[in-house]
Amino acid sequence: MNLIDKIFKFNGGINAETKKNISTSMAVEKIEIPKKLILPLRQHIGNMPKIKVSTGDYVLKGQLIAEADGNVSAAIHAPTSGEIKSIEKLLIPHPSGLPDYCIVIAPDMKDQWIKKSSIDWKKIGLDQTIKLLLNSGIVGLGGAAFPSHLKLGLNRTNKIDTLIVNAAECEPYITCDDMLMREKSEELMKGIQLVQELLGAKETIIGIEDNKPEALDKINFYINKKSSITAKVVPTIYPSGDAKRLIYLINGIKIPKQKRAAEYGIQMFNVATIIAIYRFINFGEPSLSRIVTITGNLHKPRNYEVLFGTSLKDLIKKSGGQINKNNTFIMGGPMMGFKLPSIDISVTKTMNCVISAEQDMIEEKNEPLPCIRCSKCAEACPVELQPQELFWFSKSDQFEKAQNYNLFDCIECGCCSYVCPSNIPLVQFYRYAKSEIIADNIAKEEAGIARDRNDFRILRLEREKKERAERNAKRKLESSSNDKSKLIEEKRAEIAAALGRINKDEKIK
Amino acid sequence: MLTSILIILFLAVIIGLVLGFSSVQFKVKGDPIIEKIDSILPQTQCGQCSYPGCKPYATAIAKGEADINQCPPGGEAGVRALAELMGVEYKPLNESHGITKAKAVAFIDEDTCIGCTLCIQACPVDAILGAAKQMHTIIEKECTGCELCLPPCPVDCITMPEIKEDTENWKWKYPVYNINKTDSNKPKVSH
Amino acid sequence: MFSQQSPFIQKAPSVTWVMMLVMAALVPGIIAYIFLFGFGVLLNITIAIITAVIAEYFILKIRNLPVKLFITDGSAVVAASLLALSIPSIAPWWIIVIGTLFTIIVAKHMYGGLGSNLFNPAMVGYAVLLISFPAIMTKWPLPISHLLDFNIGQQMETFFYGTKSLIDSVSSATPLDYIKTQIFLNKPFELNFTKGMPLNSYFNASIIISFCFLIGGIFMWIKKIITWHLPVTFLLSLILISAVFWIIDPSRYLSPLTHLVSGGTLLCAFFIITDPVSGPTTPKGKIFFAFGVALLVYLIRVFGGYPEGIAFAVILMNICVPLIDSLTQPRVFGHE
Repeated sequence: MNLIDKIFKFNGGINAETKKNISTSMAVEKIEIPKKLILPLRQHIGNMPKIKVSTGDYVLKGQLIAEADGNVSAAIHAPTSGEIKSIEKLLIPHPSGLPDYCIVIAPDMKDQWIKKSSIDWKKIGLDQTIKLLLNSGIVGLGGAAFPSHLKLGLNRTNKIDTLIVNAAECEPYITCDDMLMREKSEELMKGIQLVQELLGAKETIIGIEDNKPEALDKINFYINKKSSITAKVVPTIYPSGDAKRLIYLINGIKIPKQKRAAEYGIQMFNVATIIAIYRFINFGEPSLSRIVTITGNLHKPRNYEVLFGTSLKDLIKKSGGQINKNNTFIMGGPMMGFKLPSIDISVTKTMNCVISAEQDMIEEKNEPLPCIRCSKCAEACPVELQPQELFWFSKSDQFEKAQNYNLFDCIECGCCSYVCPSNIPLVQFYRYAKSEIIADNIAKEEAGIARDRNDFRILRLEREKKERAERNAKRKLESSSNDKSKLIEEKRAEIAAALGRINKDEKIK
Repeated sequence: MLTSILIILFLAVIIGLVLGFSSVQFKVKGDPIIEKIDSILPQTQCGQCSYPGCKPYATAIAKGEADINQCPPGGEAGVRALAELMGVEYKPLNESHGITKAKAVAFIDEDTCIGCTLCIQACPVDAILGAAKQMHTIIEKECTGCELCLPPCPVDCITMPEIKEDTENWKWKYPVYNINKTDSNKPKVSH
Repeated sequence: MFSQQSPFIQKAPSVTWVMMLVMAALVPGIIAYIFLFGFGVLLNITIAIITAVIAEYFILKIRNLPVKLFITDGSAVVAASLLALSIPSIAPWWIIVIGTLFTIIVAKHMYGGLGSNLFNPAMVGYAVLLISFPAIMTKWPLPISHLLDFNIGQQMETFFYGTKSLIDSVSSATPLDYIKTQIFLNKPFELNFTKGMPLNSYFNASIIISFCFLIGGIFMWIKKIITWHLPVTFLLSLILISAVFWIIDPSRYLSPLTHLVSGGTLLCAFFIITDPVSGPTTPKGKIFFAFGVALLVYLIRVFGGYPEGIAFAVILMNICVPLIDSLTQPRVFGHE
């Protein structure tokens, strides 16, 4: 048995019912251009992009409408040609359920492309290519939405040996990557070749869960023995698709939260991201659409290829609507996703899956009991944390202790909540503690700035006071010396006058 | 008798030496307690504590001149942190110093502003830009929401809108669940 | 409210189910007990469970907690059963009531109820009884005597009026007690329990009971209610420690096998120290904890003032749990 066959099993994880087959029976359906596209500006990790258009502008398909603001940001392009209707705050798919800035486009149905050209990256060089990628709008399509140009090596300092392609797709229900691999395997393999070259990696390993035999067959068709690309089948244990867990499964390298895979010579891309990069380099097409799984409690669950900005409501309608009408929808998987505030939102780059909630997902679960310290959660934790301790500290707001127990290593996979016999919403407590700590740190930082500015002001006031005092003293000194000379002159004048009088008197005499 | 006296003496000398040595060796330089108190205070510099700023209030607490519950922007959490640091009992905020408000940032109505510079002089963190007879603007990022610019303004053109929750500053809430659902007549216990 | 956040799916046995499985795992042991020591055992368990549930009900009312939710969790039933199994079958009813009340009210609820008790509730109840009523707590009937000259009538009599009426031929001190007394008096002891009926010996009876608890323990391990760490470490440590002394002087120290089957060692290994609430949570911590209990059990049994040391050993090690846990934190994924 050589290394390539060996699987390094991480601690814990869970075997949830995958429920993937409900959305794989039908091929991916391409959705026609809708009447309205709503493009939220916040679709990725990092800075909000800068808007480059204004209301009334006519845009072509693929035209840049919001530009990346700095390195950690991603651009947004018009998914089709049409008119910018408005730029306003609308509901976006976000766990907060709060509105955010969106660009609304009314398509003209001509679907007219902007002039696009392929990139000869070998000719223009890697640095130039990555600069172009900065405004490709490509982010990690697996759900994390990390801007891809950063991963491809802007300011690259680490040598990448291995490209790992994340085809694990471990969360139940989600099948968009599976369907993509089945239907676009040729494009995917070309993309892998390209990304491997871009990274300068020696080998590529495709990590795929053993519950996707059709996709694996398609991939294996393109893999020949000599190629540097191999597929490695990993067991179906959630969360095998988490980047660092997958790297461990494949390579046996444990990468802590604080470190990036690149420091270990590894880079990972999701299959959909790879195709997006391939299409951008080879055809000059920016990130305009994705495959999204619409599944769960629906009459016709399936996968759709959708332009970003398409209304989710249309997709739900296309899928035949809910069987059990509870009007609850979950974006992402059932383990890490979040409840959508409404279906009046649009498809974004992060939307890999929308699950129409099954009744047992939203039903009030059994009442939570106190923690009985059974440590089932610790047994299930893929990061080898002590969830029962973290729960205790998070619940009682002992954030410092929670951090000492490595709260921020938690990947919020939900395994601990899944196995808890007391029904305690453990991850929910960690999310709360994390956001409190982050907010606290920001407040501390702001307080630090305020302190510095206040100190500076006090210094400035003192300095001004001192300067004023000095000026006054000087002026006083000056004015007083003036008085003296005047006095002397006056005296002199008097003396002179007196002398004059004497002389006069003498003359008279 | 003599032996016991000698033993006691010997012990006293040894302990004295140890204490003397440690007081020299582990001498605490400066007075870090003021710094520690100051780091807990929110640095709003609002003066609601009746001291001219956070640092003077910290100094006063350290000296025992001021109580720990005089800082409304710090809120209950602030008082708790101070109580823990100072090793004293927690007490509720003294409301004569004001009540805790949601964080706000000053906003100048630029149409009304006459450019008198009075607010600029009042701002403890120099977060207002402008010059005489010129319109003034708040540097939003640096405003602490202390409200000290409100009273000097002769035309009341400054307002303090609360910072609204948006997708950027949004936080996950404390998971609330009732463990008493089965016995609904009982008062709710929430964790 | 909390179902608003992921994960939206869950698959976990409830606390009640876990406690039911523990009770199921106790069944073989209980049957063996009844067979060997008579119906007194069943009476003890019944009266303990009834007392526990009633005490729990009133305490929950007083503490203003949801009665239905907490009474159905089953933890009180398990604690009461474990206590009852530790008490001699010929103990009078009030012993069981006092012990159970102490277990539920003091050891469990005064420390904060389910999930908050620092000490193993059953062992606290047992320790209190052992200290307060040593004579009753160390007197067991001879195995299967109930089938011979100790009839149901007599059993009921001892249940209601105590062992005063009991003739000495049916009750005796346990082997550990006997040996301790012999050693204390500097007399040689003889482990010849196999006179008469083949089963009429503590030794053989102990082996049967231990085997039944082992079956229950393995059942819990298969059901993933317990991990191997605690029972395996505990038993191995106890065998090892007793083997060392036994090899040094077999005439003064009992063999590892005797230690293994006496005084509820197996009950302790699978049911007592595996109490999650008062025990450690980390794998390494479990190993330290179990070793500590084994060491203390041996020391108390052999050198201490009481013939049986499990209760004290467990309580003493419970005190160390927070320290053990904080010192045995496992390495987080990827951390050095």
